[in-house]
Amino acid sequence: MAEFGFSISKTRSIKLSDTDLSKYRQLLEAVPSYNRCIGCGGCTASCTARQFTDFNIRKTHWYFRRGQYDNLEQELQKCMLCGKCTLVCPRGVNLRSLIINMRQILTNTNEIIG
Amino acid sequence: MENFSPFVLPFVLGSIGLLIICVYKYVRWIRQFDRLQHKTLLKNIFSIKFLPAIGEMFRECLLHVRISKKNWRLGYMHRSIAFGWFLLILVGAIESRIGTKGNFHYWVAIFYRYFHQVPPENHTAWVFTQLMDLLLLYVLSGIFLALVKKIKSNLLGMKRATKHTLMDKAIRISLWGIFPLRLLCESVSARLYHNGGFLTQTIGDLFSTNVASFLEMPLWTLYSIDLCVFFLLLPFTRYMHIFTEVFLIYFRKVGLREHTKMTGFTKFELSSCSRCGMCIDACPLYKDLGITDVQSVYLLRNLRNLEHHKDIIAAGKNCLMCHRCAEDCPVNIDLMNIRRISRDKGDLDITNAYKYLFKVKSFNAIGRVAYFGGCMSHLTPSITESMQTIFRAVGQKYWYMDEDRSICCGRPLAQQGFNQQASKLRRKVTDLIINSGAKMLITSCPICYTSFKKEYKLPIPVMHHTEYIDKLLKKGILKVNKSDLKVTYHDPCELGRGCGIYKEPRNVLKAVANLMKTQNEKENSLCCGMNLGNTVISLEQQTIIRNTALDNLTAPNPDIIATACPMCKKAFKHGTNANVKDIAEIVADHLVP
Repeated sequence: MAEFGFSISKTRSIKLSDTDLSKYRQLLEAVPSYNRCIGCGGCTASCTARQFTDFNIRKTHWYFRRGQYDNLEQELQKCMLCGKCTLVCPRGVNLRSLIINMRQILTNTNEIIG
Repeated sequence: MENFSPFVLPFVLGSIGLLIICVYKYVRWIRQFDRLQHKTLLKNIFSIKFLPAIGEMFRECLLHVRISKKNWRLGYMHRSIAFGWFLLILVGAIESRIGTKGNFHYWVAIFYRYFHQVPPENHTAWVFTQLMDLLLLYVLSGIFLALVKKIKSNLLGMKRATKHTLMDKAIRISLWGIFPLRLLCESVSARLYHNGGFLTQTIGDLFSTNVASFLEMPLWTLYSIDLCVFFLLLPFTRYMHIFTEVFLIYFRKVGLREHTKMTGFTKFELSSCSRCGMCIDACPLYKDLGITDVQSVYLLRNLRNLEHHKDIIAAGKNCLMCHRCAEDCPVNIDLMNIRRISRDKGDLDITNAYKYLFKVKSFNAIGRVAYFGGCMSHLTPSITESMQTIFRAVGQKYWYMDEDRSICCGRPLAQQGFNQQASKLRRKVTDLIINSGAKMLITSCPICYTSFKKEYKLPIPVMHHTEYIDKLLKKGILKVNKSDLKVTYHDPCELGRGCGIYKEPRNVLKAVANLMKTQNEKENSLCCGMNLGNTVISLEQQTIIRNTALDNLTAPNPDIIATACPMCKKAFKHGTNANVKDIAEIVADHLVP
């Protein structure tokens, strides 16, 4: 067979109909303001952690939205919760709450009391 | 046995039970102190610091000075019950000890009018009898006010009183019963033995002898049982604060503080809460949004009983951390740190967290001051630019630490209960500052300032920029023109109530403009709503809180609304057409060229 110098890559399409979106629904319940997100990326642009590393908060919550949880928890650990994203968000999404809730849903943890 | 009757048994059993339960609880809590707290306690246990604690115990546990300063009617109510009861016990003990001439059992003091069945023998006895009646009247006046407060709390200056649990309501009834019952008992005895004072004798004479002798035993028994019920319920209800606050004041004086996890000291603080409800009226969430179930009083109650986990978590999250309740708390409980403890996320795996910060290198800043703008100041660049203008104006060499890459100070993480992550950031920032050799740290953000001041252990002085400018002005290094602009000042929560910096920003503003008074100032200043503490309320709700604060600031019709916090500035800027400026900006505008 002739060498064309490229191969057919695996499809990157995401079948939302087959994806379990219960975690996303859980997130929406905890942070109703996330409904308003338009994905403008203001959060990523202002991000403090972004200045040091390739952490991309918009990418992260859009992955979460589509049910792609691989490596997300590790990724979210880069966030310093400084809250700049929340302040710049033009749609008033509570990004800090969103990040805390994503982490809690992913690791299935909650506050330790007593 | 002389001076004994079976009806004293409930009282004796109740008081012994109370003693045993309290000792058991206190010993257990002291054992639950963490290592640092144990060390501090052992080091200072016999130190001289104990002496001022006695004064404070007297002032706070008995006289309720702090609560009187806020609201004299409530202060009178608490003082009359606490101090009046204390005196009733003390004077009663002295009276009965003199009267019984050696045949003394401790219950005799409580039921003295029953056991001492003769009219006052001499002047001393007569004075004691009248004094005891006076004290009883004093306590009864407090109980009457408590009843009024229950029916209409507005009359005592409280917008909203605490909603109590069933147990708390039950013990309250038994407390309210004690003193009217005592009055009745003593009146009946006074009718029979003529040993009453101006109050009990007058009331007693209204009864006929038959009725009095018929009622005597049942009434005294009821009084004894009521005391027993009160004593046995006390360790499990809010009235545990009566004894616990005494210990808490001592522990505080010897240097114990709240840490990031729940310890025995936290248990002492939780049980010192009398659930008076002062924190509810202070809370902006109640005042502006009508939220009534997340205030400190309810969080503390649920934490103490460790029940309603869902409520604890929900209430723990929904708090602006504006310190208003902590400022108003008459027991001075460390409410902000207890809130943080309730948010503690525990030990998570953080080995990979913030690895990217390892490569950040420090700068050689020997002889310079380090300037830390803080994350929020990056969103308000006019503040950092003004600060740099001021540095240049006074010829101060500076190192702008986070000019293009800022590391967070860690406080936003710590406020949300991520304590390990926060300490990782703190270690990194500490290294950067110490390795740079800078001689002083100046920050523009009150959140970072609180963090550097209270959570970091830096060997160099830390200043907020208002403090720094005030120092420059006082030394005469910085020259400014005074204009006739009218300014109102907003005290940021973390800078004002959090760190107690009220004077310096005002000094600076007075030097450059005319500072006007507002209705809610200093300790009473309002939260701007745009706060890192709360992750629950929505933007719309934040806006309502912000507008209340703005109304307060714009009421005197100022030319400029001044603040000292980038976040407050950002919050106000969105809500008004008025000129909102940071103090640094105003000073930079008024520099002598």
